[in-house]
Amino acid sequence: MDATRIASTTNVDIEATGVRVPNTPQDAHPRNPEDANVHLETKDVHIWFGQRLIIEKVNLSFPENSVTALIGPSGCGKSTFIRTLNRMHEFIPGAALAGQILYDGKDIYDAHVDPVDIRVQIGMVFQKPNPFPSMSIKENVLSGLHLAQIKYENPDEIVRNCLERASLWTEVKDRLNASASSLSGGQQQRLCIARALAVNPKVLLMDEPCSALDPGSTRRIEGTIKELSQEMTIVIVTHNMAQAQRVSDYTAFFLAEEGAPAQVVESGRTDEIFMRPKDPRTNDYVNGLFG
Amino acid sequence: MSSSTLEVPGNTPTPRYFGREKSRTKSDKLFSGSIIVAALSSLFVLTAILIYLGSNSWPVLVEQGISFVTGSEWSTTDGVEVFQIWPMLYGTLLNAIIGLVIAVPVSVFLALFIVFLAPRNLSKVLTVVIDILAAIPSGIIGLWGFLVFTDTAAGWGQLLNQYLGWIPLFANDQNQFARSPFIAGWVLAIMIIPIITVVSREVLAQTPQELLDAARGLGGSLSGSIRMVALPHARGGIVGGVMLGLGRALGETIAIYFVLNLIFDVNIYKILNPEGGAIASMIVAKFGEATPNEINALLGAGLILFIMTLFVNLAANYIVKRSQREKLI
Repeated sequence: MDATRIASTTNVDIEATGVRVPNTPQDAHPRNPEDANVHLETKDVHIWFGQRLIIEKVNLSFPENSVTALIGPSGCGKSTFIRTLNRMHEFIPGAALAGQILYDGKDIYDAHVDPVDIRVQIGMVFQKPNPFPSMSIKENVLSGLHLAQIKYENPDEIVRNCLERASLWTEVKDRLNASASSLSGGQQQRLCIARALAVNPKVLLMDEPCSALDPGSTRRIEGTIKELSQEMTIVIVTHNMAQAQRVSDYTAFFLAEEGAPAQVVESGRTDEIFMRPKDPRTNDYVNGLFG
Repeated sequence: MSSSTLEVPGNTPTPRYFGREKSRTKSDKLFSGSIIVAALSSLFVLTAILIYLGSNSWPVLVEQGISFVTGSEWSTTDGVEVFQIWPMLYGTLLNAIIGLVIAVPVSVFLALFIVFLAPRNLSKVLTVVIDILAAIPSGIIGLWGFLVFTDTAAGWGQLLNQYLGWIPLFANDQNQFARSPFIAGWVLAIMIIPIITVVSREVLAQTPQELLDAARGLGGSLSGSIRMVALPHARGGIVGGVMLGLGRALGETIAIYFVLNLIFDVNIYKILNPEGGAIASMIVAKFGEATPNEINALLGAGLILFIMTLFVNLAANYIVKRSQREKLI
């Protein structure tokens, strides 16, 4: 991270909601994702369910410490694609993949790579908030460390740190031993983010994290995403155009023509995708003409 | 109510509370009516059995006093009638415990294998096979236990005694290994494994996918995800399955009759000794040649078994409720 980026992102203003929003984050990012420091990229990724090709030839780069939004109409395979980035795709029966997904230059699907390691380094937050209902808030935050068998000291500090980074600490600090299911939907989703942060991932994948939430919760999570992007790479699937513009530095537009597998129509800096799209289909989609 | 009480500041209106919605249409009334009849008839049958057992055995129970359940003698000779069932009562529990110790781990692992590990086709085949196993009548299993299994299991018992005989549990002072509680426990286990497996498989298969995803997404291995997500989620159901199995084990009659020596001398822990007890089997064994008073004593034994099963179920319910929340740390 260079000095200008630190300067631009530490200068923050505090809104009434308490959400901290960095100033003009996009200025810190180069025009082409490929020009930035990249540690996650896909090369010619094809995805099948059974015999059916779902996604064809996706080449994307996810620059370090930035937010990349994956947008596109429902059912075009964005969620499927994001699951391939940390090998969660493998759990779907009949799913298959071709191409490479390079993390720090190494293919994560290589035969001697342990998928469990990959999922520790590339965390995931799902569409529906899914805290473990039989555990307390505190136990939920620490659950990933137990699952990944990571030894730790100072559980209280980890819990506090993760909950603070997920902007949930002030709301739950007095009831850490309460059941996670006593939280509201938005709080549960932030708890899931805190839980994902505890294992210290370098990349965080978010599959429509706000689609089940009210506008207030959505705003808070967007604030959290912007904050986290200063220290990790974030890939987010969203149906919400405004959200993509608010939180992301880069955007990739997925589209499946009728009967054909989905492809990436266009990708690049978010402001350019939304203001000056090169492809007419992107223009139509971001301006709400279809989708 | 005087008018002054209505002048309370704020004048809060009287709240209306709602019970269950009443049936209005004819078909709805018929439907709820039949449900109520069905529900009440099961309660009625249960109560009727309880009353029958209680009223018939009452004179004998009063005559024998507390020693009916604490003593160890059963005799009708010389006109003196002594009816005491402690060895049978204790034996029933001992057999069931041995059965559960064997059956629970096997059933839960089998269910986990079917749900999480087995290839799809194999898991379908296994599911059907286990359903069929659950339907084998206990008489058949008892006969098989007597004709085929006893020799094998007696061999296992002998091995246990040979190498672990210094542990009192595996001591054998009769040098005879057939017809022991150990073998009865095995036969019970074989009978209840399908029941516990079927129920466990059902609840494990219902583990929410999003929770499994969460566990795997955090870097959980298969075993870790099962331990932290699937088992806690299924715990209540698995315990329910174990209770069903335990119920069958406590009440099992014929299968145990085939493979266990019923001795009116309590065998506390020597599970390899050819002496044990089981209330239900004892009732069958004694019934044919029983004197009128003895029949009432047998009904009393049935009543005690009934009450014991009830208490075991209540205790199990309590344990399930208490262990509902699992502590991670």
